[in-house]
Amino acid sequence: MHSLGAQAQSNTRRRSPGEIVAAAVPASQLRRRVVDRTFLALCIVFTGLAVVILGILLVTIWQDGHTRLSWQFLNSFASRRTEEAGVRAPMWGSIWACVICALAAVPIGVGTAIYLEEFSKRSRFRSFIQLNIANLAGVPSIVYGILGLTAFARAFGSASTDSPITIGQPESFFYLQLPFGHGVLAGGLTLMLVVLPIIIVSSQEALRSVPRSLRTASLALGGTQWQTTWNITLPASIPMIMTGAILAMSRAIGEAAPILVLGVPLFIRTTPINLMSDFTVLPLQIYNWAMRQQSGFHELAAAAIIVLLAVLLTLNAVAVIIRHRLQRAAS
Amino acid sequence: MTTPANASPPLNVDIKPPTLAVAVSAASVGSENQPEEIAIRAHGLNSWYGTVQALKGISLEIPKCRVTALIGPSGCGKSTFLRCMNRMNDPIPGARASGTLTLHGDDLLARTLDVVELRRRVGMVFQKPNPFTKSIYDNVAFGPRLHRSFRRTDLDELVENSLRAAALWDEVKDRLKSSALGLSGGQQQRLCIARAIAVGPEVLLMDEPCSALDPRSTASIEQLIRELETNYTIVIVTHNMQQAARVSDRTAFFFEGTLVECGSTDRIFTNPTNKQTEDYVSGRFG
Repeated sequence: MHSLGAQAQSNTRRRSPGEIVAAAVPASQLRRRVVDRTFLALCIVFTGLAVVILGILLVTIWQDGHTRLSWQFLNSFASRRTEEAGVRAPMWGSIWACVICALAAVPIGVGTAIYLEEFSKRSRFRSFIQLNIANLAGVPSIVYGILGLTAFARAFGSASTDSPITIGQPESFFYLQLPFGHGVLAGGLTLMLVVLPIIIVSSQEALRSVPRSLRTASLALGGTQWQTTWNITLPASIPMIMTGAILAMSRAIGEAAPILVLGVPLFIRTTPINLMSDFTVLPLQIYNWAMRQQSGFHELAAAAIIVLLAVLLTLNAVAVIIRHRLQRAAS
Repeated sequence: MTTPANASPPLNVDIKPPTLAVAVSAASVGSENQPEEIAIRAHGLNSWYGTVQALKGISLEIPKCRVTALIGPSGCGKSTFLRCMNRMNDPIPGARASGTLTLHGDDLLARTLDVVELRRRVGMVFQKPNPFTKSIYDNVAFGPRLHRSFRRTDLDELVENSLRAAALWDEVKDRLKSSALGLSGGQQQRLCIARAIAVGPEVLLMDEPCSALDPRSTASIEQLIRELETNYTIVIVTHNMQQAARVSDRTAFFFEGTLVECGSTDRIFTNPTNKQTEDYVSGRFG
């Protein structure tokens, strides 16, 4: 306290040579300074707390799991014997589901955002949609799982799951069936439902951040609304849209609940070969192992978490690189 | 009121030497007796934003290949009038217009009018330079590319001609591929003019094109406006009386949504018939 006061006084003295002024100011200035410093200290403590928690998490997981990490772990299927078990099926399942989810969610989400921001007139219909999207972003993911089960896995009960309509051979890459059943396509689309509201909202924010003067300039040159969107608005907002998509994908890869509801097998020894293939995802496998009694499985769970984080970081890194490329191309 | 003339007198003399002023006034007097070709004709034009009426029965004729200045205090409707001419008010919710407004006989207010084609014929330059975050070349080529595809050599030529017409070619010819955002404010505004010219418009609308620029850039834009006049019908909104006097042939004074007086610039500034106009141009109000 004393040092603060002295500092305040010396500061004031430097600013105004008049002794009277210097004597009058410190009381209120000292108080402001103390509040300022206290707040700064609190912020540092809270930030530090977050970092420490993250650090503890990473360190404990690393300690539990790193012994299990090996090429063999990545390349083996699940097994009852812990020393033989691996994450090959869930890892590839997660990658397949995430790529399908991204391919479906990004075009639909960005398209919706473009419609809402650039094309739709201010109307009751638009505010209704807007309100619903905002609400959907807050819906628990397990609810989307139920929706995915009904819509994608069972096609609203329109066709029997036991004798689906099929196109192509089950062994080939180009194999489709209706309803989708609990294949990786149904999983990816269910994850799409989870992340769609996030992508729409963040893409809208991105489009809104593009200066209106650029749109006006394009329109004044005789550009149609679509030409303006495609040539001006979209390129300028792509970096922000990508950021939103990255966050959404991070959420998708971590989801276990909607996939669980879909009814995927918990124990499989295959990787997907087409869109209808059975699959499981890393969070489910982690959940499965963590539920076991033996400590060996807990180590496996920790190792799988490390793999999950690695896949997540890789996907994010790829997206960041794409974003930078686009940013450089745009400027 | 700031006078760019003080900052760069040599350029200014070029723009409008006294002899030219006499010549213009003579031409204008003549034109009031036997009208020259009219590009844009407004008759009883009204415009609303929601329930607020921004234009009240404007009747005004804008001659072809002349510079017409719209002056008046803020909120008098001159920008609204300008934006009616290329339908840039369309996207504003609640904006509507009535009366007649024609460009060489084509009804500009018609619901069926192709606004994309209209905006190709009526270009616009905005208050703040708004180049796209693209290269200088792509900025100029943007408009033409919207309307049809070009062979590379044709496009190169079009870009060069447009930049030459906007008196910018010599300054940027060596860095056409670099970002337009690296240009100075005045250069950016001339780039915006080049961009507008590139689509081959008949009319150029300028909404306070110099208000964000320093005096030297302003002088160069004013000189450019004078040069463009031979090929384009120009309508310029300005808050700067001296600028209106320097660059325009005809001046229209707007006040609270009505057209108070319109005539040759020379007459409006030396011998206005209306008391309000006289007060405004002499700086007693507004």
